[in-house]
Amino acid sequence: MFDWKWEYSVEILPRLLSATVNTLLAAGFGYLIALIVGLAFALLQRTGVRPITFVVREIVEFIRSTPLIVQIFFIFYVGPQFGIRLSPWTSGMIAIGLHYASYLSEVYRAGLDNVPKGQWEACKALNMGPVQIYFRIIIPQAIPPSLPGMGNYLISIFKDTPMLSVIGVAELMHAATTIGSETYRYVEPYTLVGLIFLAISLPTALALRQLEARVRRKMGMNR
Amino acid sequence: MNTNTHPLELAGKAPLVRFQNVTKRYGSLTVLDNLDLDINANEMVSIIGPSGSGKTTVLRMLMTLETIDEGVIYVGGEPLTHMVQGDKLVRANEKHLRKVRGNVGMCFQHFHLFPHMTALENCIEAPIHVLGMKRAEAEERALDLLDMVGLADKKDEHPSRLSGGQQQRVAIARALAMRPKVMLLDEVTSALDPEVIGEVLNVIRKLNDEHDLTMLMVTHQMGFAKEISDRVCFFSEGKIAEQGTSEQIFGDPQNLRTQQFLNAVLDAG
Repeated sequence: MFDWKWEYSVEILPRLLSATVNTLLAAGFGYLIALIVGLAFALLQRTGVRPITFVVREIVEFIRSTPLIVQIFFIFYVGPQFGIRLSPWTSGMIAIGLHYASYLSEVYRAGLDNVPKGQWEACKALNMGPVQIYFRIIIPQAIPPSLPGMGNYLISIFKDTPMLSVIGVAELMHAATTIGSETYRYVEPYTLVGLIFLAISLPTALALRQLEARVRRKMGMNR
Repeated sequence: MNTNTHPLELAGKAPLVRFQNVTKRYGSLTVLDNLDLDINANEMVSIIGPSGSGKTTVLRMLMTLETIDEGVIYVGGEPLTHMVQGDKLVRANEKHLRKVRGNVGMCFQHFHLFPHMTALENCIEAPIHVLGMKRAEAEERALDLLDMVGLADKKDEHPSRLSGGQQQRVAIARALAMRPKVMLLDEVTSALDPEVIGEVLNVIRKLNDEHDLTMLMVTHQMGFAKEISDRVCFFSEGKIAEQGTSEQIFGDPQNLRTQQFLNAVLDAG
């Protein structure tokens, strides 16, 4: 019953690979936004200023409690009601960026909390200011234990990009669906999509583990 | 909190550090009880006493790691914990603290070196970013200090590759790089293996002999305290129970609690 048309697969592969570039770009930019906004979320929650920490905490909880696809739809379809009209790409980037920012902020918070209190005291004893303390002493020490979490979310973002197809972003899943609906053959397109995801995710995961080990070594924090 | 009775600054030949009626509480527990303590320039003062007597709190408050509940601490004649506003003293803000804090340096029981930096980098970090020193000058000064503590050959090692005694010596060099007027040593040998305690004590001895440095040291090393101190303060229950020269305190303690403490310490060998 299962018949696989090799010729057809080879024929559609270039289109799929070209769409893969879009997928990678979407994942890349989304992750970049998430890294930066996530750090902002984490640091803002440490200011000690009640209104700020409360508001940021609630934003993070709200985002974490709602599905990404709902957030994507909201920004793209409901945004215009508030006068915010964004392209599918931009809506997708913002949705993914904010969604994963809230998860990454938790990873960062754990990393920051795990830096020993003594480090803060040593910094104070050397009369360092808060910016210097955070960016030269604390954050560098918070990064190695945060890398596994950060790496996992990179792969998660990559795997979530197909959600953007529902608002018309021309990424890999969207391309496969389009091809399938043109020829009424879905087996090859979707199988190839799965294989392409696998071919990218697995080596990435491996590379991330190696990066974690290298950062540990470089920072002299081998225990 | 009534700071009206405290002067806005100390006149003339004031002590380098003055604790005036200083009280510190943690909830219902009074850790420092109306403490009056003067440290003069170039003095080496040891603080001894049982745990919980407030010894470390004295150092931590001077380093502004703890807030003050009552009283005022002065450094170099100027209030540290408070600042002058018009004609009275108010609690210091962060800006004022950063200004006056630079006169004080501290070394901790657990060193707290920056693990992601080499020994040299640990020593140049604050001079460059806080004092605005040029990198070349900071490195030269750091190398001199590392050489003084006997670790010039370890300048490119990370703390994880150094022994406890070596780490503590780097920590001392790091604190000195900021040119503090007062050095605080908080049980700096308590976390060390016996065989490396000596190398740290030697560095402290050297500092005391060769440099114009005012030092305040909390220690359990009674022999060392006796040898090196200009003055010894015995703390008990948040107050100075007795203070005097080494000879007075170790040789002829007057206070019953001082006697009990020293007997117990001597018994323990």
